[in-house]
Amino acid sequence: MKCQKCDKPATFHITELAGGKPKELHLCEEHAREYLAENEQQEENEEAADPAESLSQQLAVGQTVEQLAKLDKQACPVCGITFFDFRSKGRLGCSHDYVCFEKELEPLLVNIHGETAHAGKRPKRSPTDTDRLTDLIRLRKELKQAVQSEEYEKASQIRDEIRRLEGDKK
Amino acid sequence: MTAVDLEELVRSTGEWLRGSGPESDVVMSSRIRLARNLADYPFITRASPADRTEIEKTLREGIRRLTDEMHVSYLDVSKLEGLDRQFLVERQLISREHADSEGARGVAIDENEQTSLMINEEDHLRIQVLKSGFDLTAAWQRINSIDDLIESQVTYAFHERLGYLTACPTNVGTGMRVSVMLHLPALVITRQIDKLFRSLQKISLAVRGLYGEGSQAMGDFYQISNQITLGRSEEDLVKQVSEVVPSIIDYERKAREYLVRESKQNLHDRVSRAYGILRTAQTISSEETMHLLSSVRMGVNLGLIPELQIPTLNQLFIHTQPAHLQKLSGSELDTADRNIERARYLRKHLNPADGAAEKN
Repeated sequence: MKCQKCDKPATFHITELAGGKPKELHLCEEHAREYLAENEQQEENEEAADPAESLSQQLAVGQTVEQLAKLDKQACPVCGITFFDFRSKGRLGCSHDYVCFEKELEPLLVNIHGETAHAGKRPKRSPTDTDRLTDLIRLRKELKQAVQSEEYEKASQIRDEIRRLEGDKK
Repeated sequence: MTAVDLEELVRSTGEWLRGSGPESDVVMSSRIRLARNLADYPFITRASPADRTEIEKTLREGIRRLTDEMHVSYLDVSKLEGLDRQFLVERQLISREHADSEGARGVAIDENEQTSLMINEEDHLRIQVLKSGFDLTAAWQRINSIDDLIESQVTYAFHERLGYLTACPTNVGTGMRVSVMLHLPALVITRQIDKLFRSLQKISLAVRGLYGEGSQAMGDFYQISNQITLGRSEEDLVKQVSEVVPSIIDYERKAREYLVRESKQNLHDRVSRAYGILRTAQTISSEETMHLLSSVRMGVNLGLIPELQIPTLNQLFIHTQPAHLQKLSGSELDTADRNIERARYLRKHLNPADGAAEKN
C-alpha cells in the first residue's frame, strides 16, 4: 500500500475514532509525523470544540499493512466482533474483548488514560468466575445458531448447559 | 413501581435548575455518572433484540430494591412518543443517544429528579446523580451507595486489573464521569474562555456544552468533566474536578467584577436590552432566548434587575426549550409556531404587570 500523500510505502496506519465517524489514514513515516503534528496543532486551535472528541485515539501506529490486516481479522470467540469492527465503531462487543484484544488495547488505554490498571472501587461480592459468565454469552449465541439451523437436539443440550450455569450463578 | 407522571414533571424545573446549592451564581449543578454492564451479556452493539429484552428485565428487577426504598419510578423509553423522549433529554434525565436508539430500554427516575438510571444506553446501565450547585461530595456518596445496592442484586462485568468493563475503552476502570455545569458569561464577554479551556485540557479535563458531547455551549453554559477513568480512584477523580472548580468560579466572578468596574454602563445596557427583548419579542428562537437569558441571569446575579429571581430565570431556561414548550402548550408545534409561543410565554412570565411573573 502506498502513502496517501506521496509514492513511498505506507508504514503508518492511523485510525481516528474521534467524533463518531472513523477515519482511516495510510501514510509514510514523514507524512504521518506531519499529520500527527498538524493534529496536535489543530487540537490547540479547536477552541469550543469538544476536547474528548478531538482526543485522537491512534491505533496501530508503525505496523505494516500485513500485520494490520491480520489483526483486523482477529475475532473474539465469545461475541464474534473483529478488531476491525472495533476500530471502525469504537465500541467493544463484550467483556471478553478486553481479554482477547488485551495486547492491542493496551497502547490505546495508555493513550487515553495514561494508566493500564484500575485503582478504584471493586464489587464487594467477588466477581465470581468471569470465564463462566462469558461462557453464558457464547452459549446463548450457539443456541440461537442451533435453532436457526434447526439442530434441535444440539439446541436442547445447549439450553440445559445454560440452565446449569445460570443455576450456579445464583 | 409507579409510572412517572410526565405532565407533573413538565410544570416543575428539575434538580439541576433549582438554582440553589453552594456557589449557585456560577455553578448550576454537579453530576456524577457510573457506567456498568452485566457480566453475562454482550455489550449493546453485539446484543440481539432478545438479549436487550433480557438485560432490561434483569436490571429492572435488579433496581427494584432501590425503587421500593427511594420512590423511584420507571419509564419504558421504547414506548414513549418522540416528544416525551425529547422532553427527558432537555431535562437531562436521559441522553440524546438513549432517546434516539431502538429496542428495549428504559429509565428509572427518583421523585426529585436527582437520580436517573438508564438501562440499555451505550452500556447496560448508566447511573446518574445530579445535585443543584457545587456539591460533588454529596453526589458521590449518593451514587456510591446506589451502586452498592444494585451490585448486591446483579453481577457486573469486572476485570481484576482493568476494573469495571465498558463498551467504550474511554470509560473503563471506574466507569465514572464527574462533571459540573458552569455559567460563565463574563469569561465569554471578556474573551478569556478559550484560555481557560486550553488550561483545562492540559490537565486532562474535558469541556462540553449544555447537553453533553457535541452540543454547543448554549447560553454560556459549560460542563467540565474528567477524561481519565482508569488508574485513579473515584475519590481522586472527584477531588481533581472539585479542586479546579473554585478557581474557575473565582475567575468568572473576577471577570464580572471587572465588567462592573470598567464598563458598568455597557454591561447594564447589555443586560437591560436583553431583558427588554425577552419581555417584548413577538417571535423568538430557542438559541436567541438562551443567549439573552444568559445576560439577564448574570445581571440578576450582579443586582442589576432587582425584581427578578434566579429560580424564575432557571425555569424560563428550561420551559422555553422546544419539547417543554410544546408539552406546556399542550400541542405539537412546528418551528415557526414554537417561536411565537416561546415569545408569548416569555412576555407572560417577565411582565409583572400581567400579574403572572411568579406563577406557572
